[in-house]
Amino acid sequence: MAEKLTLKDIAKKPDLLMSGHRLCAGCAAGTIVRLALKATRGPVILANATGCLEVATTIFPYSSWKVPWIHNAFENVAATASGIEAAFRAMKKVNKGPLAKYEHIDVIAFAGDGGTYDIGFQALSGALERGHDFLYILYDNEAYMNTGIQRSGGTPRFAWTTTSPAGKVIPGKRKWKKPIARVVAEHEIPYVATASIAYPMDFVRKVRKGLEVEGPAFIHVLSPCTRGWRYPPEKTIKIAKLAVETCFLPLWEAEFKDGEIVYTLSAPSERIARKPELKKPIEEYLKLQGRFSHLFRPKKRDDLISEIQQWVDYEWRLILKRCGKL
Amino acid sequence: MSLEEKLPGWKEIPIGGIPFKPSTEYKTGDWKVFKPVINYEKCTKCLFCHIYCPDGAIKIKEDGYPEPDYDFCKGCGICAEECPVKAIEMVKD
Ligand SMILES: Cc1ncc(C[n+]2csc(CCOP(=O)(O)OP(=O)(O)O)c2C)c(N)n1
Ligand code: SF4
Ligand code: SF4
Ligand code: SF4
Ligand SMILES: [Mg+2]
Repeated sequence: MAEKLTLKDIAKKPDLLMSGHRLCAGCAAGTIVRLALKATRGPVILANATGCLEVATTIFPYSSWKVPWIHNAFENVAATASGIEAAFRAMKKVNKGPLAKYEHIDVIAFAGDGGTYDIGFQALSGALERGHDFLYILYDNEAYMNTGIQRSGGTPRFAWTTTSPAGKVIPGKRKWKKPIARVVAEHEIPYVATASIAYPMDFVRKVRKGLEVEGPAFIHVLSPCTRGWRYPPEKTIKIAKLAVETCFLPLWEAEFKDGEIVYTLSAPSERIARKPELKKPIEEYLKLQGRFSHLFRPKKRDDLISEIQQWVDYEWRLILKRCGKL
Repeated sequence: MSLEEKLPGWKEIPIGGIPFKPSTEYKTGDWKVFKPVINYEKCTKCLFCHIYCPDGAIKIKEDGYPEPDYDFCKGCGICAEECPVKAIEMVKD
């Protein structure tokens, strides 16, 4: 186990997501999938809930996937992945069928925030409880992007979306972002992690680990969206990095070991825990994104920005506690 | 269509739901306004540009240097923005 992957090794691995897909220029989802697939160990089968990634990579008659890939409905990608894994196990058991010859198969489910926090949650929770050996990757662009930027359970408070417009009375989405990765961790599954593509090797290592553990694994990776977050496409990685530097998205792993959920901070967040003065104000993250522009123009809304800061601080403290840092 | 006319049976219907052509037959390179140009005198072969490109449009040459594939590059500018030594410039296509 635990082959140590360097950036050079990863770069040299062939791309399993082909060029010619139609994600927007600068869409983080392309980078997320390329990197995740470079972390696989051998034979792979993918399932994809509908959303930008699914639509943009399989516009008929084209496909961008070099490995077996199954489209399914919006709400059930975890059920589809469960079925793939169960079929593989059944074939192994009787040593019959097309998959029987493989030692292992990396089964990965990809889904957006709509397909995970909201409509796909039941299928996800069920698959985790049944204990299927698969990796679920949530690429979180914080709204239903494919259908035109509607708010989801993953949309942060005060973000503008088409169903939470920022007006004179209500300044964007009213509810907070659901702490999905912690909710998943409470299922007591072998492995849960949060990730950002601004730290590609951290992400790749987590994907590999998620594949290596026996049983379900879940990775929540932030997926900046140039269209819905309203920023110029070259800023995708900067924004993914600021999310971590401001502690909007603390990076951590949780493993269920000996009857306990053990949380560990990942290096980029661990640095901030050790040196709190490195933690950047949330304003730096917000001001790059047009979906928060009503917090800055026509009048700067320090009251609302500070409310978001308080939420970030609260969540950060909570993670520090879980990681045994407080 | 009259009622008597026979509808095609399932064997005659073209295969649906299975995309069968590689997307590399669809060139997204014409989306771009600016294209990345690499200054090989500055480039250190760190390959961050390859890693970050959402479109897999930075190939790695035999000699280990990166090379944009303009057939697919959408001109997002991430590679230029993230290159640690500023070896990539975005120029009008
Ligand atoms: C049951 C059902 N409801 C609605 C839709 C329409 N639909 C397709 S994709 C999508 C949004 C997907 O959002 P998300 O999961 O966040 O992925 P994103 O597009 O943002 O990447 C919706 C509402 C559908 N396909 N099925
Ligand atoms: S709308 Fe957003 S998530 Fe969808 S393809 Fe464009 S950038 Fe990516
Ligand atoms: S990021 Fe810059 S230095 Fe690194 S390989 Fe690409 S062009 Fe060269
Ligand atoms: S401009 Fe964007 S699409 Fe083109 S090579 Fe650079 S990162 Fe890739
Ligand atoms: Mg989404």
